Amino acid sequence: MNETVQEKLNILADAAKYDVSCASSGNNRSNTQGGIGNTLNCGICHSFTDDGRCVSLLKVLMTNHCIYDCAYCINRRTNDRPRATLTVEELVDLTIGFYRRNYIEGLFLSSGVIKNPDHTMERMMLVAKKLRIEERYNGYIHLKAIPGASPEMITKAGIYADRLSVNIEIPSNPELKRLAPDKSYKDIYGPMNLIKDNILVNKEERQKFHHTPAFAPAGQSTQLIVGATPESDRQILSLASDLYSGQRMKRVYYSGYLPVNEYDQRLPALKAPPLVRENRLYQSDWLMRFYRFTADEILTPDQPFLDLEIDPKLAYALRNLQLFPINVNTASYNMILRVPGIGVQSAQRIVEARKFRTLTTQHLTKIGVVMKRAKYFIISNELPSSVFDLPSETLRRQILLSEKPKKKSQPDTQLKLFSFGEVIQLPAPVSSPNKILTA
Amino acid sequence: MILVYDGTFEGFLTVVFECYSRKLEPTNICSEKNLQEILFIGKEYITTETSHSDRVWKGLQQKLSTELKQMPYSAFLSGEVGIEMALLNFIRMAFTSPVHIEGNFGDMDVLMVRKAARRVMKEAMRMLEFIRFQRTLDNIYFAPISPDFDVIAMTLKHLKERFADQMWLVYDLKRDYGFFYNLKSIEEVTLNEKSFNTSNGAVPLNLLQEEEAVYQTMWKGYCQNITIRERLNPKLQKQHMPKRYWKFLPEKR
Repeated sequence: MNETVQEKLNILADAAKYDVSCASSGNNRSNTQGGIGNTLNCGICHSFTDDGRCVSLLKVLMTNHCIYDCAYCINRRTNDRPRATLTVEELVDLTIGFYRRNYIEGLFLSSGVIKNPDHTMERMMLVAKKLRIEERYNGYIHLKAIPGASPEMITKAGIYADRLSVNIEIPSNPELKRLAPDKSYKDIYGPMNLIKDNILVNKEERQKFHHTPAFAPAGQSTQLIVGATPESDRQILSLASDLYSGQRMKRVYYSGYLPVNEYDQRLPALKAPPLVRENRLYQSDWLMRFYRFTADEILTPDQPFLDLEIDPKLAYALRNLQLFPINVNTASYNMILRVPGIGVQSAQRIVEARKFRTLTTQHLTKIGVVMKRAKYFIISNELPSSVFDLPSETLRRQILLSEKPKKKSQPDTQLKLFSFGEVIQLPAPVSSPNKILTA
Repeated sequence: MILVYDGTFEGFLTVVFECYSRKLEPTNICSEKNLQEILFIGKEYITTETSHSDRVWKGLQQKLSTELKQMPYSAFLSGEVGIEMALLNFIRMAFTSPVHIEGNFGDMDVLMVRKAARRVMKEAMRMLEFIRFQRTLDNIYFAPISPDFDVIAMTLKHLKERFADQMWLVYDLKRDYGFFYNLKSIEEVTLNEKSFNTSNGAVPLNLLQEEEAVYQTMWKGYCQNITIRERLNPKLQKQHMPKRYWKFLPEKR
């Protein structure tokens, strides 16, 4: 360990930061005799960076050299940047050294593509292998599957890794081809399908033969860049929904596009990353994963974009006022979950608590329901019934008005590029943006 | 009448036992430490009796669902004002009710106990997140902590499972005790002489392995470089990682 390793680490961490995934969850792995480490199903965060994102894994590129030239990626071949490569030994030492000090839950290794995809995948696999076998390391390992790597190599990698992921990055194939001429959906879905099938087969085998090693037991995830290309939120959410059901993804991440290659004319000019839009997409994602919503309920065909002013759950309720008000003492758990102002925890508490008594507004407040929002959508004897007769538009204005008159914020740049209701072809791009891992 | 106990959980459970055996109806239960003299209200000191507290605890266990067996203890650790009375009422309800009462969130005592327990479990979880080991010359991984509640014991199972092949010492600076793992077992220790800074637990460089400073610097550099500067959000950062932990974090020093 010396200064060069430190320099390399700084370069390769900086190059890896655009991959937003950091989860260390999804698998329980016990420590072994004489070994170090374990993984917990819930995952653990160990730090939070100044941008508020969690640091759970040592997220780093093996190398930021790359043979590809994708428009949205900071590590593209034609960029003049400091380049570095960490050796297998250096990566192993760093992981173990950080892990023993409780800095991290494990390693998240990605890489630019050197020589060819298979060669790159092999070197990444070797890092995982050395950790597992020589260091007897049982902590978390997340490997990026390199599009174009051979099925054999990806299969090997999955034996040592807890999670594998392939990033889609651009939410539609034609746009991907425009921005990354070397890639296509075929190259991305190839490894993705392979991983999905391997996981399924492996699960069956492990039921029959107890000692079969697990293949990527924490499943796979992927990432979509938002705002670099003109896809609508509805397209993005329906893609995510397909990924959850069809590809059995554990997570789909959304990354608001950051202009990293400002000179590239194929990318739109943004003053700031579309953070509000990204946030609304995450909220919608949560609605699909924890609130039992379908993509079609969040955005209907005549509404391609999410409302930036209000969250998607409130938007759904305002569009479907005929479903409300509901009675929290009798309604199904599913319906309670759909009430704006009631989260998963409150909904669960309501369902448990109402077995013991009829709940009043006071109970709901103490339980954690945000009444100033929920009161328009639930029935209780104490509430004036007039609030339920308001038309949707009036209600919307009233809610917006009653909730913090916050400082006028910078409008999301997305508003200028797209208008609600229709997708406008992006103007010829002036600057550039997001990058995410090269893989 | 106010019942006074020694401040330990066993002491509190003994109070519960006394309430049952002597049919007491206390107006408050208070640890010696928090006792304030009040005129005209009688007080009685209850001496801790582990055989009595054990009986209450065992009986209570049968009334709790599997995942909540430790919950009353966590709630007790919160040390919140009034938690003893809430727990007494909770325990009485649990003993009388034919069904599990942990889900009775409409009851203010149950709600208070559950919320307090949640807060304590969160602090214990934060310890697992933010404990930072320094490797000393005698090859012990040393982690100073100062949690809001006395949760150190709740971290031990996790640490022993994870760091099974390294000697480690977790030390609570606020309560001046800790636990040492010697590769075989864990023992409780109190250090009489402290060779580290008693406010932030920093060990002088000459007592640390040479690699320690290197790893700390690399970690700090890593955390800086993984940050996306276009998205700075210190409020969110502090929400997830409150400032009171920062003095123990190499990346924040």
